[in-house]
Amino acid sequence: MKNRLKVLRAERDWSQGDLADRLGVSRQSVNAIETGRYDPSLPLAFRIAELFGLPIEAIFVSPSAEA
Amino acid sequence: MKRSKAACRYDRRVLALSLVYAVCLIGATWLFKHQLVSGALAWAVAILPALPICGLFATMGLYVVEETDEYLRVLMIRQTLWASAFALSIATIWGFLESFGLVGHVASYCVAILYYAGLGLGTLIARLSSLRRAA
Repeated sequence: MKNRLKVLRAERDWSQGDLADRLGVSRQSVNAIETGRYDPSLPLAFRIAELFGLPIEAIFVSPSAEA
Repeated sequence: MKRSKAACRYDRRVLALSLVYAVCLIGATWLFKHQLVSGALAWAVAILPALPICGLFATMGLYVVEETDEYLRVLMIRQTLWASAFALSIATIWGFLESFGLVGHVASYCVAILYYAGLGLGTLIARLSSLRRAA
């Protein structure tokens, strides 16, 4: 699933490790989500959205909208 | 790369069980070689080296339960699926070849060795897959 995680992280000058620490996940997870290799669960997607203070759809692109 | 707490526990358990396996295998082999066991005790001693191997499978299950990082959990589950498919496929193929008299008999505990080879294969596939997608 495409997302704006890398852009949002860069705007805050956070490394993948910084974001991983804030979310309580591994750096591997952040990398996998950013590159679209892994779609996070709904609870993790909510945690990401809450961390950036944005709605989920402002971070993750709906697969149906991509088509 | 920093290992998660669950992964560290998994590593420690695997190391401990591997040591127990080595001790049990050497002990059981020595006892049988010197014909020091018979009857029910022989059965118990023969099963002894298998128990730490069973423990290793349980350790994988424990890791999946204890790992709080959902992505790492998914990676382990994918690897175990690859390992199961690999080990069971080769065991099935070998079984048919053996039934038709084309190959010799292999001890069934070799499936566990195939399983661990399959885990390595699963890890390799996951790495290659992530490199391909990142490119």
